[in-house]
Amino acid sequence: MMPLINLPSIIIVNILLILGVANSESAYAKTNQIIDIAYLTQEQVVPPSLSNLDPFIKDKGVIGAELGIDDDNTTGKFIGQQFNLKRIVVPIDGNIIRVFDKEISKKFQYLVINLSASQATQLVDLPAAKKMLLFDVGTIDDALRNEQCRSNVLHFLPSRAMRADALAQYMMKKRWTKWFLVVGSRQEDLLFANALKRSAKRFGLEIVAEKTWDHTYDKRRTAQSDVGVFTQLEDDYDVLVVADEQGQFGEYLDYRTWVPRPVIGTQGLAATAWHKTHEQWGAIQIQNRFKEKAHRWMEEQDYAAYLAVRAIGEATTRTKTNDLSKVKEYMLSDSFALQGYKGNPLSFRSWDGQLRQPILLAAPRSLVAVAPIEGFLHPKTELDTLGYDQPESLCKWNKE
Amino acid sequence: MKNKYLVFFLIMALNATVRAESVFVTLEKDNALAVIDPIAGKLIKTVPVGQRPRGIAISPDNRSLYIATSDENIIKILDVETLKEVGRLPSGEDPETFALNPAGDKLYVSNEDDSLVTVIDIAKKKVVKQITVGVEPEGIAVSPDNKWFVSASETTNMVHWIDTETNAIVENILVDPRPRAVKFTEDSQQLWVTSEMAGTLMILDVKTRQIIKTIKFQVTGLTADKIQPVGVVIDKDNNRGYVALGPANRVAVINAKTFEVEKVLLVGQRVWNLAFSPDQKRLYTTNGTSNDISIIDLENQVVTKSIGVGSYPWGVVVKP
Repeated sequence: MMPLINLPSIIIVNILLILGVANSESAYAKTNQIIDIAYLTQEQVVPPSLSNLDPFIKDKGVIGAELGIDDDNTTGKFIGQQFNLKRIVVPIDGNIIRVFDKEISKKFQYLVINLSASQATQLVDLPAAKKMLLFDVGTIDDALRNEQCRSNVLHFLPSRAMRADALAQYMMKKRWTKWFLVVGSRQEDLLFANALKRSAKRFGLEIVAEKTWDHTYDKRRTAQSDVGVFTQLEDDYDVLVVADEQGQFGEYLDYRTWVPRPVIGTQGLAATAWHKTHEQWGAIQIQNRFKEKAHRWMEEQDYAAYLAVRAIGEATTRTKTNDLSKVKEYMLSDSFALQGYKGNPLSFRSWDGQLRQPILLAAPRSLVAVAPIEGFLHPKTELDTLGYDQPESLCKWNKE
Repeated sequence: MKNKYLVFFLIMALNATVRAESVFVTLEKDNALAVIDPIAGKLIKTVPVGQRPRGIAISPDNRSLYIATSDENIIKILDVETLKEVGRLPSGEDPETFALNPAGDKLYVSNEDDSLVTVIDIAKKKVVKQITVGVEPEGIAVSPDNKWFVSASETTNMVHWIDTETNAIVENILVDPRPRAVKFTEDSQQLWVTSEMAGTLMILDVKTRQIIKTIKFQVTGLTADKIQPVGVVIDKDNNRGYVALGPANRVAVINAKTFEVEKVLLVGQRVWNLAFSPDQKRLYTTNGTSNDISIIDLENQVVTKSIGVGSYPWGVVVKP
């Protein structure tokens, strides 16, 4: 079936290719607008891990931002806009505020932050930060979207409440109405457990038992027998719901429970903004482009940072301006629609700056469902069945 | 043994397809092509065609089918009668959609992963040129007067106007988010473009190459984000256009003179691509997730039938 190799014709084709690409350069517009974006993160201490299967990824987030810049510039070159990304990584023992003052303050309008909730909280109220638009691609805290919300911050990762609602919708559909909630002892685990309790109440599901996993995390000791004993309950339950964000014990639960029950939550079937098993709605294309660039799978923070940079691109391209107030107004308007490879157009909730988006429910090697689950209805958009809807929101920045 | 059956089936197939019109549908997940007799309302057969077949076109003389088998990075040429492969075209990587020029001697392919459009000389089976366009080019069309071909890039949100003589981009027009399909009217005066994320159809004037009208689709009982326009066709006389609304499971009927949406017709799930019958009295739709095609009677504007065809029906062409 292969045609015989014909050398001269290959050379001709190659020449044509070069001419072709060179030729279409003339279709590009002259650069008349430069949009500078800063990306701020801090080096992370490698956390303890259960296994070597998933190597620690140092550059989660930033490669997504870089891919976003590539895509912005592809559009930009046709209409005379140029997007630049400055990547700033603060060393582990460095001071974020100091780095911000020195390298970012007064130099940038757009700042993508991949920081912890406490670091982000310190940063957002700085007078210089108040004059910028911050794109949070690192936190999932509901407090930052409610009581502690700030009008200069947009959030790209789904909050814990959104994730818990996504899981609860799926469990409701499966009629797994009786939950056994297992919670780790870290602060984040408690926050996620609270989100799960909120969802259970919201969707009328019952938590028949709740236990804290405070055993030793050493697998060589009695993990297997521990889980068996730990999961013996007086009341029967349909599903074990786990809150272990760091992954310190959750992986031990599946297949080891006293009675055979599925595991869902932070392990087993998990809720996430992005997953390597996701291929629908053109996702395979961005998975391929990302892997080619990063030589690894796209993580949630990469996806969030990609969307943040693309949101800046989309808004500045559509408004044909780099004026921050106009760009922000457009982003929060009904006209804004960001393509996020998850079927629905993505947009921001005007009441708390959260990006509304579908949430993937994924097992390690299989995409199980995409929330909002069919049948959960909303008068405006079904995406707002996930997380804090406008009437429930505690964010007051609209009334500032 | 096997050959005997094959000959037998071929004769059967020939007998069945010789006179009535045939509908050919690519089945993305079955790696196959479905052959349907729409008058009898029957699936006649499915034949394997290669990995992940999506885009499909038929030559102007109705003798050859072109099918993009995306995962094989090739466009296959099939004999319409035997449905045997008779040749291959170098399509560039991951071909999805493509368009033939009116003469049927050139083929324009979107290479989604590489942000390229590849121009192929069919007789020579050679790449003539590759043109850099926006990110994730998808919809592609050649004007019936053969002056233009346009490529829509999904992530860059642009329609690129390319001169067929020079194969060079003349203008780039920003359109609504995630443009999917592009189609010229028969008189080459207008270009219709669908936007999946904004839920709109844009009409562009070919002379000025600018948007002259944007139609936002609405369906009672559905939230706006379920309405995701994809495939679009316009009848020969430019009376009506039809737009597949994706997961809204409906086809919109648009008055091509007034640009009013006259009707929405319920078809199968995630309706994707559309094709007219040769007399333009019927419209065939591929319904991605309900694994069937719907037949719409255009005189009465009603859906008359759905026919199960296989997994993920994608592209559709009709042979008289």
